[in-house]
Amino acid sequence: MTIAGRAVVLRGEDIDTDRIMPARFLRAVSFDGLEAHVFEDDRRAGAAAGVRHPFDDPARAGASVLLVNRNFGCGSSREHAPQALARWGVKAIVGESFAEIFFSNATALGVPCVSVAPEAAAALMALAERDPAATVTVDLETMAVRGGPLEAVCAMPEAARNAFLAGTWDATALLTAGFDEVRAAAARLPYIAGFPPAPI
Amino acid sequence: MGSTLLGKVWDLHTVRRLPTGQAQLLVGLHLVHEVTSPQAFDMLRLRGQGVAFPDRTFATVDHIVPTDGQPRPFADDLAEQMMAALERNCREFGIPLFGLGSGDQGIVHVIGPELGLTQPGMTIACGDSHTSTHGAFGAVAFGIGTSQVRDVLASQCLAMDPLKVRRITVGGALGPGVYAKDVILAIIRALGVQGGVGFAYEYAGPVVERMTMDERMTLCNMSIEGGARAGYVNPDDTTLAYLKGRRFAPEGGAFDRAAAWWRSIASDPDAAYDDEVRVDGDGLRPMVTWGTNPGQSAGVDERVPGPADSADGERAAVAGALAYMGLEAGAPIAGTKVDVAFIGSCTNGRLSDLQEAARVVRGRKIAAHVRGLVVPGSTRVRDAAEREGLHEVFREAGFEWRQAGCSMCLAMNPDRLEGRELCASSSNRNFKGRQGSPTGRTLLMSPAMVAAAAVAGEVIDVRCMLPQREGS
Repeated sequence: MTIAGRAVVLRGEDIDTDRIMPARFLRAVSFDGLEAHVFEDDRRAGAAAGVRHPFDDPARAGASVLLVNRNFGCGSSREHAPQALARWGVKAIVGESFAEIFFSNATALGVPCVSVAPEAAAALMALAERDPAATVTVDLETMAVRGGPLEAVCAMPEAARNAFLAGTWDATALLTAGFDEVRAAAARLPYIAGFPPAPI
Repeated sequence: MGSTLLGKVWDLHTVRRLPTGQAQLLVGLHLVHEVTSPQAFDMLRLRGQGVAFPDRTFATVDHIVPTDGQPRPFADDLAEQMMAALERNCREFGIPLFGLGSGDQGIVHVIGPELGLTQPGMTIACGDSHTSTHGAFGAVAFGIGTSQVRDVLASQCLAMDPLKVRRITVGGALGPGVYAKDVILAIIRALGVQGGVGFAYEYAGPVVERMTMDERMTLCNMSIEGGARAGYVNPDDTTLAYLKGRRFAPEGGAFDRAAAWWRSIASDPDAAYDDEVRVDGDGLRPMVTWGTNPGQSAGVDERVPGPADSADGERAAVAGALAYMGLEAGAPIAGTKVDVAFIGSCTNGRLSDLQEAARVVRGRKIAAHVRGLVVPGSTRVRDAAEREGLHEVFREAGFEWRQAGCSMCLAMNPDRLEGRELCASSSNRNFKGRQGSPTGRTLLMSPAMVAAAAVAGEVIDVRCMLPQREGS
């Protein structure tokens, strides 16, 4: 599986999911339209200060690879955050590291998050900022991220990589197959069985 | 070599190994609320699937409920739609709902334990990152996103990578005015907001063993703020005493058999850990955050650090946090003027939290410029507090006494900061904009410290305001 596209750069450590999607936009019963509000508070604050947010930069429209720094997506488990990014057009995220729940949520949506060394993240960001037209490629077969003359090794937990390569990132089908086994496992748990007396 | 609680519970709940290499983990208890579930139920309908174990699934409403009166329909049409969707989904799929007016409604992480649904040895999942709270009972509990909520509804299972275990041993004893909140803030400060990624935190040692269940819940609740998806405390006499007589706890002989099993799943004395950390409880003091993540905190008697005090990779983040907060490097954190005081949340909205805060405000008034809000974590907490007269103590001091919900922890309901207001808050996240105003500011601290700040109108060391305990 390979994802290639132009990149949008979002600098900063510990970007939390409240940043990505402020809680007031979670007041909805669907994920529709969330992309319009991705990073809304930062975009507004930037506009007020005369600084254009990367997600407002026309040169980044249509970008599909998001470049980030350390511990991206920390905090709230709201899937609204990766949903909004995916609906905006993000198909892969390359960063120094990711918070765990965000990583799981993005994986479930088919958006791979791959980790690269801080130097590689810095070089890729510099390249993409210098040349908005540059193509960044995330290759899950070879576990490499390429951009212009750069090629960096990337990492991802093996199970997630297997899921992407096999096309099984939506886990429901896997988990509902063989449901008898689930029932049997549940019946073995004493708290589900009601803590029955030990058989004599 | 023995096993950890996490290892034992993991093995007991592993249905099989998936082709991806992950474990298919059975979820013993699935808790559902109105924010992260409607899309999951819609996906089930779209795929023609049902709920696999409706009897292991329980719902409540907490994030969007107004706390100043709850007539239906809600004034906020979007909130009403979410509430109605949850009611419809629970009805259609046969899931018990602890709704408004039931007497059982409250923050999902407060009501699970108080109803006795949360028990040792369970795996527990909920579409909320603070599900780690339930680890206080020796459960393995973690937050999940909406797609995973769908998976659990459809299969009662999750596809999970194994977690490593870091034991955090808190030695010594906490001084007066130092609480579980201060312990966890100190831990996150030491290990960082990303330090727990890939780990479950096992909290141990004399300080944790002496903690009440309420305090253990505060500790485990903020594991996620340290990057750890789960945190837990091994079950002991305190755990068993809490559970006895709760509505969903086993009764009679079944309780005794349960108790024996619960004890058996505690970590073995010779268990191997992936990492060990020691914290000196004697040296801890009341903590206050000064920045925009929960790792950016200081003792109340310390000064706000600056970029120059920080590691190379942190300087820009520290400078950015101080600029947002409007705090000056090198200034004492005590004396910082506060506009709002919020007591509540799944971190610190339980009865003992309200009791400690009430000890501070009893017979005092909150400063004229401070807006004070007490939001009990559940209807049951509210009722118990009222039986003790705590609502009168808070009201006489000038606080608003509200109904149960998440409220200003994340401001999905009408309880919000305005503009750049600065809030002394007993909640869990000081992220930019977290409390509802895009420029609002949050200082995290214990409920007693929030109460003290409300009275003083500024951050103050609660230890100089606590009455002497009887007999001490």
